[in-house]
Amino acid sequence: MQYHSLAEFLNMGGYAFFVWLAYGVTFGCLAVLIITTLGQESRVLKHIANKMKREERLKQNRGSK
Amino acid sequence: MWKWLHPYADPQRAYQLSSKLLPWFSLLAISLIGIGTVWGLLFAPTDYQQGDSYRIIFIHVPAASMSMAAYMAMASAAFVGIVWQIKSADWMAAAIAPIGAVITFIALFTGAAWGKPMWGTWWVWDARLTSELVLLFLYLGVIALYASFEDKVLAARAAGILAIVGVINIPIIKYSVEWWSSLHQGSTIKITEKSAMPDSMLYPLLINILGFGLMIGALSLVRFKAEILARNSMRPWVRELAQAKGVK
Amino acid sequence: MERGISFTQAFWTLLVRDIKIAIRHRGDIFNPLLFFILVVTLFPLGVGPEPQMLSRIAPGVIWVAALLASMLSLERLFKADYSDGTLEQMLLSPQPLPIMVLAKVIAHWLLTGVPLIIIAPLLGLLLNLESGSYGALISTLALGTPVLSLLGAIGVALTVGLRKGGVLLSLLILPLYIPVLIFATSAIDAAGMNLPYDGQLAIIAAMLVGSLTLAPFAIGASLRVSTN
Repeated sequence: MQYHSLAEFLNMGGYAFFVWLAYGVTFGCLAVLIITTLGQESRVLKHIANKMKREERLKQNRGSK
Repeated sequence: MWKWLHPYADPQRAYQLSSKLLPWFSLLAISLIGIGTVWGLLFAPTDYQQGDSYRIIFIHVPAASMSMAAYMAMASAAFVGIVWQIKSADWMAAAIAPIGAVITFIALFTGAAWGKPMWGTWWVWDARLTSELVLLFLYLGVIALYASFEDKVLAARAAGILAIVGVINIPIIKYSVEWWSSLHQGSTIKITEKSAMPDSMLYPLLINILGFGLMIGALSLVRFKAEILARNSMRPWVRELAQAKGVK
Repeated sequence: MERGISFTQAFWTLLVRDIKIAIRHRGDIFNPLLFFILVVTLFPLGVGPEPQMLSRIAPGVIWVAALLASMLSLERLFKADYSDGTLEQMLLSPQPLPIMVLAKVIAHWLLTGVPLIIIAPLLGLLLNLESGSYGALISTLALGTPVLSLLGAIGVALTVGLRKGGVLLSLLILPLYIPVLIFATSAIDAAGMNLPYDGQLAIIAAMLVGSLTLAPFAIGASLRVSTN
């Protein structure tokens, strides 16, 4: 352990702003990337499911005429 | 000799294989990045020249090296897709591009946040920084080209050609520090000789590099799966999956 | 397979055809040139007319203007042939595609690149370029503008089928142009300080040879994608 207290750790030897800015932006960007990536598959599946439902409706309408 | 690989070009098999590999990649990536970052921030010794600001290295170097590795992966996938007409490879290339762009942006940003306290400026028009910026533009070009074609088979072909042409930039970035007198320091990790870094700093760095690589792998797999589904929406197996998962 | 005419004949036929068409539409030759001159003229108005400042930025200004002019003129390289169907006939002909696109690119360079090289020393004079730099300026432009045409043609071939290719084209091409720009301006700067600049020239020449041999194949492959 390099630091003796939490305040010392957060201060980063005087470079707190730069170090935490770099780490913050990195993990922020990664979080956004991961969230959009994880949502992608279910979005695609939902899109396909909706399309199938639409086709189903079209088929029924044509059948009833 | 490579016959065993061929079945995996089939979309369904590729999808199943990615689903099987994904938990391993994500678990390893999360634990490695966790260990590397905590080790780097808390336990690695303070640098006697740069003080604690050097701790940015534990994300800057992994992001920078992996931005190039991801580009090579994308270009190789595009090459395989164009030469052997394997569509799965095209989809993989399309899946890697946005991830690579984000990683390149991270490398540039952390570099700027490190440059400000060390060089006194956020940005210099130095060979390495400029060529890394060019790498970001190349990624954006590939993404934009892929997005601007309606027909995704053509889009992948076109973006693939651009990705392969852009490979020329990779050696320029890699060796820019040696070719031009540059403000950017030389590479700290050397494979053949002893690294210019004590082990207590080197190990967390290596762990994070590996972690970033695996994370890019995991994210690529997720995007690859989504890409497979989107491009095969008429196949019965995709429709079954959509019915099972998409309707709630 | 029966080819009809030899490779050399096909190359020259296409080269002469493109030059003939361009001479009939003279605007295509003069507009990029005018653009080049205008961009260079804007800089002294923008940054102020001090001779020292101008001679310091002259190499960069001339090269950036040349780069933009080449990109603008390239946009029309395949457009007309694409819209009237000539391009499709070219793709269907038994002649190898790389030879034909090479002829088209060289014709384009003769029509837009060469005038640019001829007029560049004049602009150097206006911008108060160091007297030792003229040789470097002309030689870098002579070696560099064909590279620009060849690399740019890849981007043009990729976007020719798209309706809104203009902005996308600059995003695709400009990153590839940057290495040429860096070495060319550093050669001119070195010449201005009476330092040897043959190293930079050799690198630009290497880029020219590399793109001359490889780019036609990439352009051909891109055209096949675009006209699908």
